[in-house]
Amino acid sequence: MYAQNVDTGVTRLRSKDELSDAEREFQDRIDNDIRIEPKDWMPEGYRKTLIRQISQHAHSEIVGQLPEGNWLTRAPSLKRKLILLAKVQDEAGHGLYLYSAAETLGVSRDEMQDALHTGKAKYSSIFNYPTLTWADIGAIGWLVDGSAIINQVPICRCSFGPYARAMVRVCKEESFHQRQGFDIMMTLAQGTPEQKQMAQDSLNRWWWPSIMMHGPRDEDSVNSAQSMEWKIKLFTNDELRQKFIDQTVPQAEYLGLTIPDPDLKWNEETGHYDYGEPNWDEFWQVLKGHGPCNRERLQARVDAHENGAWVREAAVAYADKQAAKRSTAVSQVA
Amino acid sequence: MKEWPLWEIFIRSQHGLAHKHVGSLHAVDAEMAIENARDVYTRRNEGVSIWVVPSAEVVASSPGEKAPLYDPARSKVYRHPTFFPMPDEIKGM
Repeated sequence: MYAQNVDTGVTRLRSKDELSDAEREFQDRIDNDIRIEPKDWMPEGYRKTLIRQISQHAHSEIVGQLPEGNWLTRAPSLKRKLILLAKVQDEAGHGLYLYSAAETLGVSRDEMQDALHTGKAKYSSIFNYPTLTWADIGAIGWLVDGSAIINQVPICRCSFGPYARAMVRVCKEESFHQRQGFDIMMTLAQGTPEQKQMAQDSLNRWWWPSIMMHGPRDEDSVNSAQSMEWKIKLFTNDELRQKFIDQTVPQAEYLGLTIPDPDLKWNEETGHYDYGEPNWDEFWQVLKGHGPCNRERLQARVDAHENGAWVREAAVAYADKQAAKRSTAVSQVA
Repeated sequence: MKEWPLWEIFIRSQHGLAHKHVGSLHAVDAEMAIENARDVYTRRNEGVSIWVVPSAEVVASSPGEKAPLYDPARSKVYRHPTFFPMPDEIKGM
């Protein structure tokens, strides 16, 4: 998802008997759905995993602005441009809510950004794919933000208070993102044959990355069990993926577009769609930094940070100067 | 370079409720904190008034003191109106 393959630092799940008294008391609170707040005692593993997960989620929101930013100056109308600007602005806000939630765990914003810029921290695999046509903006909203909603709605109930609260805000705004994407797809699908083909081409390219975005198969996800025990993950990757597919197939049918999976078919027995296996090798390659746009995305973030350094420094210098002026004024009055 | 200080943001909605904590952000001074809070937290008409408070100035109760702080209230159920049974015939109370 926006946080994929988050390392929990464990190789196997310990039973309750193996936990220390403090750990057991902590796990009891989680089992009883009592939220953990930043100043409460927590196991180091829980803290570190959450920092990894929330910061990775935040980085994804920030890097996620880049593929869409690519079309801001080329949106087909002023209305579409304004809407896309509002969406990209939302993503910046989502990044901010999440960075703030992570900061309550004792990590600084600078440390997190540094981890992103040096490649130590990850962001979602999905943002390493290029946006080649305007239809891709539709596909991202429809499929990528659609996936995000399925993943993020449960996190509103996760065990860590600040993360859960940030997610409530994010989810409210995410709904707008998905609908604006679907609206673009609908307009193209109901347009000229060329426009419809453009929508189909976009679906062809974004379908599998969206499927993989939900993370590795459950049996290949070593960290899921611990994260679920801690309730910082509430459904498995495969459960979320299935939910996304079941929800999206009828939407594609409405658009008259074909999902590029020959194995996709309704299973009367399970009440779900069966689907084919994504190219997992591609997923791991993208995660390791070898996707189509990994280098470009990271470079764009580093450039923005470095080129903005003078603005940040000037703002501090100005604030210091104003504070000094105020204190001189106060001492003169005294 | 030193990191910009952290501010806690409180917003009052238009429905006359008290200012409510909505999140935090970094800003060099109070003025910038208000401007950023406006951009981040009121993009959809969420509020008509913003308070910004330096996070470092917030004094919080300690989680370790939960028992001495809150346990005394537990035994005082008579503080709730539902403690007093009312006959069905009595209306408007």
